[in-house]
Amino acid sequence: MEFVGKILFMAVMAIFVQNFVLMRFLGLCPYIGVSKKLDSALGMGMAVIFVMTMASTFTWLIHTYLLVPLHIEFLQTIAFILTIASLVQLVEMVIQKTAPALYKSLGVFLPLITTNCAVLGVAILNIQSEYNFIFAILNGLFGGIGFTLVLILMAGIRERLERAELPISMRGMPISMIVAGSMALAFLGFSGLKF
Amino acid sequence: MSILLYSVLTLGTLGLIYGLGLAFASKKFHVEIDPKIDNINKILPNANCGACGYPGCAAYAEAVVEKGAEINLCAPGGDDVIKHIAEIMGMEATTSDRKVAIIHCQSGGKNNTNFKYNYQGIETCKAAILISGGPNACNYGCVYQYDCVRACKFDAMHIDDNGMIIVNNENCTGCGACAAACPRDLIEMVSIKKRVHILCASHDKGAVSRKACGNNTACIACTLCVKKCPVNAITMDDNLAIINYDKCIVCGLCADVCPTAAIFDPLKEVRAQKKAAAKAKAEAMKKEIAEQKAEVNKEED
Repeated sequence: MEFVGKILFMAVMAIFVQNFVLMRFLGLCPYIGVSKKLDSALGMGMAVIFVMTMASTFTWLIHTYLLVPLHIEFLQTIAFILTIASLVQLVEMVIQKTAPALYKSLGVFLPLITTNCAVLGVAILNIQSEYNFIFAILNGLFGGIGFTLVLILMAGIRERLERAELPISMRGMPISMIVAGSMALAFLGFSGLKF
Repeated sequence: MSILLYSVLTLGTLGLIYGLGLAFASKKFHVEIDPKIDNINKILPNANCGACGYPGCAAYAEAVVEKGAEINLCAPGGDDVIKHIAEIMGMEATTSDRKVAIIHCQSGGKNNTNFKYNYQGIETCKAAILISGGPNACNYGCVYQYDCVRACKFDAMHIDDNGMIIVNNENCTGCGACAAACPRDLIEMVSIKKRVHILCASHDKGAVSRKACGNNTACIACTLCVKKCPVNAITMDDNLAIINYDKCIVCGLCADVCPTAAIFDPLKEVRAQKKAAAKAKAEAMKKEIAEQKAEVNKEED
Protein backbone atom coordinates (compact mmCIF):
# COMPACT_ATOMS: atom_id res chain seq x y z
CA MET A 1 0.00 0.00 0.00
CA GLU A 2 2.81 2.29 0.86
CA PHE A 3 4.35 1.56 -2.52
CA VAL A 4 1.18 2.55 -4.41
CA GLY A 5 0.94 5.70 -2.33
CA LYS A 6 4.51 6.57 -3.21
CA ILE A 7 3.81 6.08 -6.92
CA LEU A 8 0.70 8.27 -6.76
CA PHE A 9 2.63 10.92 -4.88
CA MET A 10 5.34 10.81 -7.52
CA ALA A 11 2.79 11.04 -10.34
CA VAL A 12 1.18 14.17 -8.88
CA MET A 13 4.60 15.68 -8.20
CA ALA A 14 5.98 15.01 -11.69
CA ILE A 15 2.84 15.90 -13.65
CA PHE A 16 1.58 18.95 -11.77
CA VAL A 17 3.76 20.23 -8.95
CA GLN A 18 7.15 19.87 -10.59
CA ASN A 19 5.93 20.08 -14.19
CA PHE A 20 8.90 20.02 -16.53
CA VAL A 21 7.74 22.85 -18.75
CA LEU A 22 5.94 25.23 -16.45
CA MET A 23 7.78 24.75 -13.16
CA ARG A 24 11.25 23.60 -14.15
CA PHE A 25 11.25 25.48 -17.48
CA LEU A 26 12.79 22.61 -19.41
CA GLY A 27 11.77 21.73 -22.98
CA LEU A 28 10.45 25.17 -23.80
CA CYS A 29 11.42 24.93 -27.47
CA PRO A 30 8.83 22.29 -28.44
CA TYR A 31 6.37 23.87 -25.99
CA ILE A 32 6.22 26.98 -28.19
CA GLY A 33 7.29 25.39 -31.47
CA VAL A 34 5.00 22.36 -31.75
CA SER A 35 1.90 23.68 -30.01
CA LYS A 36 0.20 25.24 -33.00
CA LYS A 37 -1.97 22.23 -33.80
CA LEU A 38 -3.58 19.71 -31.50
CA ASP A 39 -2.64 16.77 -33.73
CA SER A 40 1.05 17.51 -33.87
CA ALA A 41 1.11 18.40 -30.17
CA LEU A 42 -0.33 15.00 -29.37
CA GLY A 43 2.21 13.30 -31.65
CA MET A 44 5.09 15.18 -30.07
CA GLY A 45 3.77 14.42 -26.59
CA MET A 46 3.59 10.69 -27.26
CA ALA A 47 7.12 10.69 -28.69
CA VAL A 48 8.41 12.56 -25.63
CA ILE A 49 6.71 10.17 -23.19
CA PHE A 50 8.31 7.25 -24.98
CA VAL A 51 11.78 8.75 -25.21
CA MET A 52 11.76 10.07 -21.63
CA THR A 53 10.85 6.66 -20.24
CA MET A 54 13.49 4.92 -22.33
CA ALA A 55 16.10 7.56 -21.50
CA SER A 56 15.40 7.25 -17.76
CA THR A 57 15.85 3.52 -17.96
CA PHE A 58 19.13 3.51 -19.86
CA THR A 59 20.77 6.49 -18.19
CA TRP A 60 20.00 5.07 -14.74
CA LEU A 61 21.60 1.77 -15.72
CA ILE A 62 24.65 3.47 -17.19
CA HIS A 63 25.07 5.71 -14.19
CA THR A 64 24.65 2.98 -11.60
CA TYR A 65 26.63 0.19 -13.23
CA LEU A 66 29.23 2.11 -15.19
CA LEU A 67 29.91 5.62 -13.91
CA VAL A 68 29.58 5.01 -10.17
CA PRO A 69 31.79 1.90 -9.90
CA LEU A 70 34.51 3.64 -11.92
CA HIS A 71 34.14 6.91 -9.93
CA ILE A 72 33.68 8.99 -13.04
CA GLU A 73 30.29 10.55 -12.23
CA PHE A 74 31.52 13.88 -13.60
CA LEU A 75 31.06 12.44 -17.09
CA GLN A 76 27.33 12.20 -16.40
CA THR A 77 26.22 14.91 -18.85
CA ILE A 78 28.22 13.78 -21.86
CA ALA A 79 27.45 10.11 -21.30
CA PHE A 80 23.74 10.84 -20.95
CA ILE A 81 23.63 13.05 -24.04
CA LEU A 82 25.38 10.35 -26.02
CA THR A 83 22.92 7.75 -24.79
CA ILE A 84 19.84 9.87 -25.45
CA ALA A 85 20.95 10.86 -28.95
CA SER A 86 21.71 7.28 -29.97
CA LEU A 87 18.50 6.07 -28.40
CA VAL A 88 16.41 8.57 -30.32
CA GLN A 89 18.18 7.62 -33.55
CA LEU A 90 17.55 3.95 -32.92
CA VAL A 91 13.92 4.53 -32.05
CA GLU A 92 13.49 6.59 -35.21
CA MET A 93 14.90 3.80 -37.38
CA VAL A 94 12.84 1.10 -35.72
CA ILE A 95 9.63 3.10 -36.04
CA GLN A 96 10.36 3.96 -39.66
CA LYS A 97 10.73 0.30 -40.48
CA THR A 98 8.00 -1.22 -38.38
CA ALA A 99 5.32 1.47 -38.28
CA PRO A 100 5.51 3.85 -41.26
CA ALA A 101 2.20 5.48 -40.36
CA LEU A 102 3.40 6.31 -36.86
CA TYR A 103 6.71 7.48 -38.32
CA LYS A 104 4.94 9.88 -40.65
CA SER A 105 2.94 11.45 -37.85
CA LEU A 106 5.92 11.65 -35.49
CA GLY A 107 8.51 12.08 -38.24
CA VAL A 108 9.72 15.62 -37.72
CA PHE A 109 9.47 15.53 -33.96
CA LEU A 110 11.61 12.52 -33.23
CA PRO A 111 14.96 14.10 -34.19
CA LEU A 112 13.87 17.25 -32.36
CA ILE A 113 13.63 15.32 -29.11
CA THR A 114 17.37 14.59 -29.22
CA THR A 115 18.00 18.17 -28.22
CA ASN A 116 15.03 18.45 -25.88
CA CYS A 117 16.52 19.41 -22.53
CA ALA A 118 13.55 17.94 -20.66
CA VAL A 119 14.86 14.49 -21.59
CA LEU A 120 18.35 15.22 -20.29
CA GLY A 121 16.71 16.96 -17.36
CA VAL A 122 14.76 13.91 -16.27
CA ALA A 123 17.85 11.72 -16.55
CA ILE A 124 19.92 14.00 -14.33
CA LEU A 125 17.10 14.60 -11.86
CA ASN A 126 16.67 10.86 -11.43
CA ILE A 127 20.27 10.62 -10.29
CA GLN A 128 20.14 13.75 -8.12
CA SER A 129 16.99 12.58 -6.33
CA GLU A 130 18.62 9.15 -5.79
CA TYR A 131 15.63 7.24 -7.10
CA ASN A 132 15.86 3.49 -7.42
CA PHE A 133 15.45 1.80 -10.81
CA ILE A 134 11.64 1.46 -10.80
CA PHE A 135 11.10 5.01 -9.60
CA ALA A 136 13.54 6.41 -12.14
CA ILE A 137 11.52 4.82 -14.94
CA LEU A 138 8.26 6.02 -13.42
CA ASN A 139 9.66 9.53 -13.02
CA GLY A 140 10.49 9.56 -16.74
CA LEU A 141 7.01 8.31 -17.62
CA PHE A 142 5.18 10.81 -15.42
CA GLY A 143 7.47 13.64 -16.52
CA GLY A 144 6.59 12.86 -20.12
CA ILE A 145 2.89 12.77 -19.29
CA GLY A 146 3.18 16.16 -17.59
CA PHE A 147 4.95 17.54 -20.65
CA THR A 148 2.26 16.14 -22.96
CA LEU A 149 -0.54 17.52 -20.81
CA VAL A 150 0.89 21.03 -20.92
CA LEU A 151 1.63 20.79 -24.64
CA ILE A 152 -1.94 19.73 -25.41
CA LEU A 153 -3.44 22.44 -23.21
CA MET A 154 -1.28 25.01 -24.96
CA ALA A 155 -2.23 23.68 -28.43
CA GLY A 156 -5.92 23.83 -27.53
CA ILE A 157 -5.61 27.42 -26.39
CA ARG A 158 -3.61 28.44 -29.45
CA GLU A 159 -6.08 26.81 -31.83
CA ARG A 160 -8.81 28.95 -30.32
CA LEU A 161 -6.62 32.03 -30.39
CA GLU A 162 -6.31 31.59 -34.16
CA ARG A 163 -9.97 32.48 -34.47
CA ALA A 164 -9.93 35.25 -31.87
CA GLU A 165 -9.84 38.84 -33.00
CA LEU A 166 -6.57 40.21 -31.71
CA PRO A 167 -4.71 43.43 -32.43
CA ILE A 168 -2.22 42.77 -35.23
CA SER A 169 0.76 43.44 -32.98
CA MET A 170 -0.40 40.71 -30.59
CA ARG A 171 -1.04 37.97 -33.15
CA GLY A 172 1.16 34.86 -33.26
CA MET A 173 4.16 34.74 -30.98
CA PRO A 174 3.38 37.64 -28.57
CA ILE A 175 0.05 36.21 -27.44
CA SER A 176 1.61 32.74 -27.19
CA MET A 177 4.21 34.11 -24.79
CA ILE A 178 1.51 35.72 -22.67
CA VAL A 179 -0.50 32.49 -22.66
CA ALA A 180 2.61 30.55 -21.66
CA GLY A 181 3.21 32.95 -18.79
CA SER A 182 -0.41 32.71 -17.63
CA MET A 183 -0.25 28.92 -17.72
CA ALA A 184 2.94 28.96 -15.65
CA LEU A 185 1.17 31.20 -13.12
CA ALA A 186 -1.77 28.82 -12.99
CA PHE A 187 0.49 25.83 -12.43
CA LEU A 188 2.24 27.72 -9.65
CA GLY A 189 -0.96 27.06 -7.70
CA PHE A 190 -0.08 23.36 -7.53
CA SER A 191 3.09 24.09 -5.61
CA GLY A 192 0.88 24.74 -2.57
CA LEU A 193 -0.12 21.06 -2.47
CA LYS A 194 1.00 19.51 0.79
CA PHE A 195 1.08 15.81 1.53
CA MET B 1 45.71 8.69 -13.64
CA SER B 2 43.29 5.81 -13.49
CA ILE B 3 40.37 8.27 -13.67
CA LEU B 4 41.71 9.66 -16.92
CA LEU B 5 42.08 6.17 -18.32
CA TYR B 6 38.64 5.10 -17.15
CA SER B 7 37.04 8.23 -18.62
CA VAL B 8 38.59 7.77 -22.01
CA LEU B 9 37.89 4.07 -22.02
CA THR B 10 34.30 4.39 -20.85
CA LEU B 11 33.30 7.14 -23.24
CA GLY B 12 35.23 5.52 -26.05
CA THR B 13 33.54 2.18 -25.46
CA LEU B 14 30.11 3.79 -25.10
CA GLY B 15 30.62 5.71 -28.31
CA LEU B 16 31.86 2.64 -30.11
CA ILE B 17 28.95 0.50 -28.92
CA TYR B 18 26.38 3.14 -29.84
CA GLY B 19 28.04 3.77 -33.19
CA LEU B 20 28.18 0.09 -34.08
CA GLY B 21 24.67 -0.42 -32.78
CA LEU B 22 23.32 2.41 -34.92
CA ALA B 23 25.27 1.25 -37.96
CA PHE B 24 23.87 -2.24 -37.51
CA ALA B 25 20.38 -0.89 -36.95
CA SER B 26 20.53 1.33 -40.00
CA LYS B 27 21.39 -1.72 -42.10
CA LYS B 28 18.80 -3.91 -40.48
CA PHE B 29 16.03 -1.33 -40.49
CA HIS B 30 16.99 0.19 -43.82
CA VAL B 31 14.03 1.60 -45.74
CA GLU B 32 14.40 2.10 -49.47
CA ILE B 33 13.75 5.71 -50.40
CA ASP B 34 13.71 6.72 -54.03
CA PRO B 35 16.80 8.91 -54.63
CA LYS B 36 14.72 10.91 -57.10
CA ILE B 37 12.76 12.39 -54.20
CA ASP B 38 15.93 13.70 -52.63
CA ASN B 39 17.20 15.10 -55.93
CA ILE B 40 13.96 16.92 -56.69
CA ASN B 41 13.82 18.24 -53.15
CA LYS B 42 17.27 19.78 -53.67
CA ILE B 43 16.16 21.59 -56.82
CA LEU B 44 12.95 23.03 -55.40
CA PRO B 45 13.25 26.55 -54.00
CA ASN B 46 12.54 25.32 -50.45
CA ALA B 47 10.31 28.30 -49.81
CA ASN B 48 7.63 25.87 -48.55
CA CYS B 49 5.05 28.34 -49.85
CA GLY B 50 2.40 25.71 -50.61
CA ALA B 51 1.57 27.17 -54.03
CA CYS B 52 1.75 23.64 -55.50
CA GLY B 53 -1.02 22.47 -53.20
CA TYR B 54 1.21 20.24 -51.06
CA PRO B 55 2.25 21.00 -47.47
CA GLY B 56 5.84 21.80 -48.42
CA CYS B 57 8.62 21.28 -50.94
CA ALA B 58 9.48 17.83 -49.55
CA ALA B 59 5.87 16.69 -49.80
CA TYR B 60 5.66 17.97 -53.38
CA ALA B 61 8.88 16.14 -54.33
CA GLU B 62 7.43 12.93 -52.90
CA ALA B 63 4.14 13.48 -54.72
CA VAL B 64 5.93 13.98 -58.03
CA VAL B 65 7.87 10.74 -57.74
CA GLU B 66 5.35 8.47 -56.03
CA LYS B 67 1.94 9.79 -56.99
CA GLY B 68 2.81 11.14 -60.43
CA ALA B 69 1.88 14.72 -59.61
CA GLU B 70 2.26 17.33 -62.35
CA ILE B 71 5.83 18.59 -62.57
CA ASN B 72 4.88 22.17 -63.37
CA LEU B 73 3.15 23.12 -60.13
CA CYS B 74 6.01 25.01 -58.51
CA ALA B 75 5.19 28.69 -59.07
CA PRO B 76 8.25 30.34 -57.44
CA GLY B 77 10.65 27.92 -59.15
CA GLY B 78 9.55 28.81 -62.66
CA ASP B 79 10.69 27.15 -65.86
CA ASP B 80 14.17 26.28 -64.60
CA VAL B 81 12.85 24.03 -61.89
CA ILE B 82 10.41 22.37 -64.28
CA LYS B 83 13.24 21.64 -66.68
CA HIS B 84 15.35 20.07 -63.93
CA ILE B 85 12.50 17.98 -62.57
CA ALA B 86 11.76 16.82 -66.10
CA GLU B 87 15.40 15.74 -66.45
CA ILE B 88 15.29 13.78 -63.19
CA MET B 89 11.99 12.12 -64.01
CA GLY B 90 12.97 11.52 -67.64
CA MET B 91 9.93 13.40 -68.84
CA GLU B 92 9.30 16.05 -71.45
CA ALA B 93 9.37 19.53 -69.94
CA THR B 94 6.05 21.27 -70.22
CA THR B 95 6.16 24.99 -69.67
CA SER B 96 4.01 25.97 -66.80
CA ASP B 97 0.73 27.72 -67.27
CA ARG B 98 1.97 30.69 -65.30
CA LYS B 99 -0.52 32.92 -63.54
CA VAL B 100 -0.10 36.65 -63.25
CA ALA B 101 -2.02 39.39 -61.49
CA ILE B 102 -4.76 41.23 -63.40
CA ILE B 103 -6.22 44.37 -61.86
CA HIS B 104 -9.87 44.69 -62.84
CA CYS B 105 -9.91 48.50 -62.79
CA GLN B 106 -8.33 51.03 -65.13
CA SER B 107 -9.87 54.24 -63.92
CA GLY B 108 -6.84 56.31 -64.88
CA GLY B 109 -4.67 56.32 -61.78
CA LYS B 110 -4.61 58.61 -58.80
CA ASN B 111 -4.28 61.70 -61.02
CA ASN B 112 -7.20 61.00 -63.35
CA THR B 113 -9.82 59.08 -61.43
CA ASN B 114 -12.83 60.89 -60.00
CA PHE B 115 -12.75 61.42 -56.26
CA LYS B 116 -15.74 62.27 -54.04
CA TYR B 117 -13.52 63.79 -51.39
CA ASN B 118 -9.85 64.23 -50.63
CA TYR B 119 -8.80 61.34 -48.44
CA GLN B 120 -6.07 62.29 -46.02
CA GLY B 121 -6.07 59.42 -43.56
CA ILE B 122 -3.76 56.48 -43.03
CA GLU B 123 -2.29 55.48 -46.36
CA THR B 124 -3.85 52.08 -46.75
CA CYS B 125 -6.72 50.93 -48.95
CA LYS B 126 -8.36 49.10 -46.07
CA ALA B 127 -8.74 52.35 -44.12
CA ALA B 128 -9.68 54.46 -47.14
CA ILE B 129 -12.68 52.36 -48.18
CA LEU B 130 -14.20 52.57 -44.71
CA ILE B 131 -15.18 56.24 -45.01
CA SER B 132 -18.49 56.60 -46.88
CA GLY B 133 -17.69 53.89 -49.40
CA GLY B 134 -14.20 55.09 -50.23
CA PRO B 135 -12.85 58.38 -51.57
CA ASN B 136 -13.37 57.62 -55.25
CA ALA B 137 -16.63 58.22 -57.09
CA CYS B 138 -16.86 54.58 -58.15
CA ASN B 139 -17.86 52.34 -55.28
CA TYR B 140 -16.13 49.35 -56.83
CA GLY B 141 -12.91 50.78 -58.25
CA CYS B 142 -9.34 51.17 -57.07
CA VAL B 143 -8.76 53.80 -54.34
CA TYR B 144 -5.05 54.10 -55.18
CA GLN B 145 -3.56 53.71 -51.72
CA TYR B 146 -1.37 50.92 -53.12
CA ASP B 147 -1.80 48.10 -50.59
CA CYS B 148 -1.12 45.65 -53.42
CA VAL B 149 2.15 47.31 -54.41
CA ARG B 150 3.34 47.08 -50.81
CA ALA B 151 2.22 43.45 -50.58
CA CYS B 152 4.27 42.43 -53.63
CA LYS B 153 7.55 40.84 -52.57
CA PHE B 154 8.85 40.34 -56.09
CA ASP B 155 8.95 43.93 -57.32
CA ALA B 156 6.34 43.04 -59.92
CA MET B 157 4.07 46.05 -59.33
CA HIS B 158 4.96 49.65 -59.79
CA ILE B 159 3.18 52.99 -59.98
CA ASP B 160 3.38 55.01 -63.19
CA ASP B 161 3.32 58.81 -63.64
CA ASN B 162 -0.47 58.90 -63.49
CA GLY B 163 -0.60 56.87 -60.32
CA MET B 164 -1.76 53.76 -62.15
CA ILE B 165 -0.60 50.39 -60.88
CA ILE B 166 1.28 48.48 -63.56
CA VAL B 167 1.92 44.74 -63.23
CA ASN B 168 5.24 43.55 -64.57
CA ASN B 169 4.47 40.07 -65.89
CA GLU B 170 8.16 39.16 -65.99
CA ASN B 171 8.54 39.49 -62.24
CA CYS B 172 5.08 38.31 -61.22
CA THR B 173 5.23 34.83 -59.70
CA GLY B 174 1.48 34.47 -59.30
CA CYS B 175 1.72 34.19 -55.53
CA GLY B 176 -1.54 36.07 -55.02
CA ALA B 177 -0.32 38.30 -52.17
CA CYS B 178 -1.66 41.41 -53.94
CA ALA B 179 -5.05 39.78 -54.50
CA ALA B 180 -5.25 39.02 -50.80
CA ALA B 181 -4.24 42.59 -49.92
CA CYS B 182 -6.88 44.29 -52.09
CA PRO B 183 -9.93 45.04 -49.94
CA ARG B 184 -12.11 45.45 -53.03
CA ASP B 185 -11.10 42.14 -54.62
CA LEU B 186 -10.03 43.86 -57.83
CA ILE B 187 -7.04 41.62 -58.44
CA GLU B 188 -7.36 38.18 -59.92
CA MET B 189 -4.64 35.67 -60.74
CA VAL B 190 -5.13 34.67 -64.38
CA SER B 191 -3.13 32.45 -66.70
CA ILE B 192 -0.62 34.47 -68.69
CA LYS B 193 -1.97 32.94 -71.89
CA LYS B 194 -5.36 34.59 -71.42
CA ARG B 195 -4.66 38.06 -72.73
CA VAL B 196 -8.15 39.57 -73.02
CA HIS B 197 -9.57 41.04 -69.80
CA ILE B 198 -12.54 43.09 -68.68
CA LEU B 199 -10.86 45.83 -66.70
CA CYS B 200 -13.85 46.98 -64.70
CA ALA B 201 -15.45 45.67 -61.53
CA SER B 202 -18.41 48.05 -61.22
CA HIS B 203 -21.78 46.48 -60.58
CA ASP B 204 -23.47 49.89 -60.88
CA LYS B 205 -25.92 50.60 -63.69
CA GLY B 206 -24.33 51.72 -66.96
CA ALA B 207 -24.94 55.45 -66.63
CA VAL B 208 -23.73 55.55 -63.03
CA SER B 209 -20.55 53.61 -63.61
CA ARG B 210 -19.72 55.56 -66.78
CA LYS B 211 -20.03 58.83 -64.89
CA ALA B 212 -18.00 57.61 -61.93
CA CYS B 213 -15.12 56.18 -63.96
CA GLY B 214 -12.20 58.56 -64.34
CA ASN B 215 -11.20 57.02 -67.64
CA ASN B 216 -14.66 56.51 -69.18
CA THR B 217 -13.78 52.87 -69.53
CA ALA B 218 -16.43 51.38 -67.25
CA CYS B 219 -18.50 48.37 -68.20
CA ILE B 220 -21.94 49.80 -68.93
CA ALA B 221 -23.60 46.41 -69.19
CA CYS B 222 -24.58 46.80 -72.85
CA THR B 223 -24.16 43.01 -73.31
CA LEU B 224 -22.64 43.45 -76.79
CA CYS B 225 -19.66 41.33 -75.80
CA VAL B 226 -21.92 38.58 -74.45
CA LYS B 227 -23.68 38.39 -77.82
CA LYS B 228 -20.46 38.58 -79.81
CA CYS B 229 -18.48 35.93 -77.95
CA PRO B 230 -18.31 32.83 -80.18
CA VAL B 231 -17.75 30.44 -77.27
CA ASN B 232 -20.20 31.95 -74.77
CA ALA B 233 -17.39 32.69 -72.36
CA ILE B 234 -18.83 36.03 -71.21
CA THR B 235 -21.76 36.31 -68.84
CA MET B 236 -23.48 39.27 -67.23
CA ASP B 237 -23.40 39.36 -63.46
CA ASP B 238 -25.40 42.21 -61.98
CA ASN B 239 -24.49 44.86 -64.57
CA LEU B 240 -20.96 43.60 -65.08
CA ALA B 241 -19.59 41.42 -67.86
CA ILE B 242 -17.36 38.62 -66.61
CA ILE B 243 -15.09 36.42 -68.72
CA ASN B 244 -14.94 32.74 -67.90
CA TYR B 245 -11.23 32.18 -68.53
CA ASP B 246 -11.72 28.43 -68.86
CA LYS B 247 -13.79 28.97 -71.99
CA CYS B 248 -12.06 32.07 -73.43
CA ILE B 249 -10.16 31.42 -76.66
CA VAL B 250 -8.51 34.88 -76.69
CA CYS B 251 -10.05 35.86 -80.06
CA GLY B 252 -10.46 39.51 -79.10
CA LEU B 253 -13.88 39.92 -80.72
CA CYS B 254 -15.39 41.23 -77.48
CA ALA B 255 -12.76 43.97 -77.26
CA ASP B 256 -13.66 45.05 -80.80
CA VAL B 257 -17.35 45.56 -80.02
CA CYS B 258 -16.97 47.10 -76.56
CA PRO B 259 -18.21 50.71 -76.84
CA THR B 260 -16.32 51.94 -73.76
CA ALA B 261 -13.05 50.06 -74.24
CA ALA B 262 -13.59 48.37 -70.89
CA ILE B 263 -12.28 45.18 -72.46
CA PHE B 264 -8.54 45.19 -72.84
CA ASP B 265 -6.89 43.30 -75.65
CA PRO B 266 -3.13 43.88 -75.98
CA LEU B 267 -3.17 42.14 -79.36
CA LYS B 268 -5.77 44.48 -80.83
CA GLU B 269 -3.35 46.31 -83.13
CA VAL B 270 -1.66 43.12 -84.22
CA ARG B 271 -5.04 41.68 -85.05
CA ALA B 272 -6.06 44.85 -86.94
CA GLN B 273 -2.88 44.72 -88.98
CA LYS B 274 -3.40 41.07 -89.79
CA LYS B 275 -7.00 41.79 -90.80
CA ALA B 276 -5.94 44.70 -93.02
CA ALA B 277 -3.23 42.56 -94.58
CA ALA B 278 -5.71 39.79 -95.25
CA LYS B 279 -8.16 42.26 -96.77
CA ALA B 280 -5.47 43.75 -99.00
CA LYS B 281 -4.42 40.31 -100.08
CA ALA B 282 -8.01 39.33 -100.91
CA GLU B 283 -8.50 42.49 -102.94
CA ALA B 284 -5.25 41.93 -104.80
CA MET B 285 -6.39 38.40 -105.62
CA LYS B 286 -9.75 39.71 -106.84
CA LYS B 287 -8.03 42.24 -109.03
CA GLU B 288 -5.73 39.59 -110.45
CA ILE B 289 -8.63 37.29 -111.24
CA ALA B 290 -10.49 40.16 -112.90
CA GLU B 291 -7.43 40.95 -114.99
CA GLN B 292 -7.01 37.33 -115.97
CA LYS B 293 -10.65 37.17 -116.95
CA ALA B 294 -10.30 40.31 -119.00
CA GLU B 295 -7.29 38.83 -120.77
CA VAL B 296 -9.15 35.59 -121.49
CA ASN B 297 -12.08 37.58 -122.87
CA LYS B 298 -9.67 39.55 -125.08
CA GLU B 299 -8.14 36.39 -126.48
CA GLU B 300 -11.54 34.95 -127.23
CA ASP B 301 -12.37 38.05 -129.13
